Amino acid sequence: MAERLQARLAPEEIDKLIRGLARRGYQVLGPTVRDGAIVYDEVAGAQDLPRGWTDEQEAGRYRLKPGTDGALFGCSVGPESWKKYLHPAQVKLFEADRQDGLFRILGGPAPPARPYAFLGVRACELAAIAVQDRVLLQDKYRDPVYGSRRDPAFLVAVQCTQAAATCFCASMGTGPQVRGAADLTLTEIVNAEGHWFLAEADGDRGQEVLAELDRRPATDEELRLARTAVESAAAQQVRRMDTAGIRDLLYQNFEHPRWDEVAARCLTCANCTMVCPTCFCTTVEDDSGVTGDRAERWRRWDSCFTMAFSYIHGGSVRTSSKARYRQWLTHKLASWIDQFGSSGCVGCGRCIAWCPAGIDLTEEVHAIRGAVNHGNTDA
Amino acid sequence: MNSERKKKKPRVAVFKFASCDGCQLSLLDAEDELLAVAGAVEIAYFPEASRAMLKGPYDIALVEGSITTHPDAERIQQVRRQARTLVTIGACATAGGIQALRNWKDVAEFIRVVYPSPQFISTLKLSTPIAEHVPVDFELRGCPINHYQLIELIAATLAGRKPNIPAYSVCLECKRRGNVCVPVAHGTPCLGPVTQAGCGAICPAYDRGCYGCYGPMESPNTASLTSQFRILGQSGQEISRAFRSFNAWAWQFRKASEECERT
Repeated sequence: MAERLQARLAPEEIDKLIRGLARRGYQVLGPTVRDGAIVYDEVAGAQDLPRGWTDEQEAGRYRLKPGTDGALFGCSVGPESWKKYLHPAQVKLFEADRQDGLFRILGGPAPPARPYAFLGVRACELAAIAVQDRVLLQDKYRDPVYGSRRDPAFLVAVQCTQAAATCFCASMGTGPQVRGAADLTLTEIVNAEGHWFLAEADGDRGQEVLAELDRRPATDEELRLARTAVESAAAQQVRRMDTAGIRDLLYQNFEHPRWDEVAARCLTCANCTMVCPTCFCTTVEDDSGVTGDRAERWRRWDSCFTMAFSYIHGGSVRTSSKARYRQWLTHKLASWIDQFGSSGCVGCGRCIAWCPAGIDLTEEVHAIRGAVNHGNTDA
Repeated sequence: MNSERKKKKPRVAVFKFASCDGCQLSLLDAEDELLAVAGAVEIAYFPEASRAMLKGPYDIALVEGSITTHPDAERIQQVRRQARTLVTIGACATAGGIQALRNWKDVAEFIRVVYPSPQFISTLKLSTPIAEHVPVDFELRGCPINHYQLIELIAATLAGRKPNIPAYSVCLECKRRGNVCVPVAHGTPCLGPVTQAGCGAICPAYDRGCYGCYGPMESPNTASLTSQFRILGQSGQEISRAFRSFNAWAWQFRKASEECERT
């Protein structure tokens, strides 16, 4: 691997970066404003980025508002994650037809026409992609849909210099400084002296793209400013998750009365699992058509909050909302560790902000930790 | 080949009770699939679409509308006796419909006020769903139903498989579609979290809260949603009205609406 390149870029270079990636054949996807939120979509140039916008997030509440500094990446994460591209909400696994009594499969899902370039991947999101990599690729059963999208993807990370009130990546050890592997890592600085970006690239792919931009080597002072800005995003975080012994904590508190309290608020609407960047569960549905001569098999995002999710012979296993919330939280924070070797939570806070009932998992864990142990007989 | 040809096509009948006809018309609205349906089944009784009125028994009876009169209460018994599978289509047949709003009022007074010759009106006090009168094999939700769900139901029945008609909340469809959550991002009251999926999350896609056309989802927590509506500034009366629309008489919505009304 080449030596790390660290350069200072003028903000105008971001537009050139987008166009440069597009020229290389990538479909460039990044944050943009739609319907009062930051969503991910195709960006043709810097004009599509949420310049001058920032956001305010709390449990069950999200508001986009004008910022004061004209930053391109002044918003925290919105409702969507890169999961929508790498692990799509619905994908046709195959079509089949019947001719002369024979059943023919007419091919599987095609990879995207152009490989993806993600612009503005936050540290927590890189961590989430790494979690999904472990779940969907690092096994003898590779998910070809995910793999065909993930393998060629070009990742441009952006380090956060401010945190939403729902962020808790610092306590999860996933951010705000980028730790995962990105092709290019940007840090946006807006201060009294001006508006500029620190761009860092370790690998060949990132360095090639960076080489096409107008840049100059970053000074030690600029590196220090960038580091301080990212540290301030960590210091701003008002939520935290105490992860010490969390696996055993949840295993041992299967009957904690807090589960009843959260169940009284939980809508079992599944929004938390839809917005979670690591939740990967899907269901498979067959459409056989009226004539029965043609069939399609679809894979769709599913959720452990639905009744059908735990349906086995005779009925659903988890009929109460208590059982479903407990399953989700215990899997995400505890049994995920046994299953995949890490937590399933990256501290992005989406499940807190986008819960229509404002349920906060950090608060739930805190409550379970704070009270006395209520027995582990059923754990 | 010959054996297939000899196999009798399933006989389908469509019956109407108190309703607007919108649900049965959605079968005719299924333009792409209509010919396939007509080829795969025998439409034995469908006055809205065909002059043929063949006698039962029927393999599938699609029943639209609620029960609001004495004759209809008797007729649904006859329909049930003639139908191997009885499927209710739409909010009227499944929950009593918008006309169930009268269930909270004095029908006799309505009749006096509305009709010039009230002596000709004979009606029941309540508008009730089909399932309160006869056993129902499957309920297709919505006001109106989604014709894709109706086609899926027919296709699944013909193939002998379970239809892909989920009972979970609108939120799954809403998020899969990529809508921005209107209560969280805009403060718009939305019944989506307690409403069954099926419409494809149309209203939130156009920046409006869900009206609950598909009725209560499998495990609706109306009490929690009611608290959220209050946080968004809704009064008890407003929340009560939100629950009292096309599925007002579905017991979960009915209970929620009555609880809010008093506060």
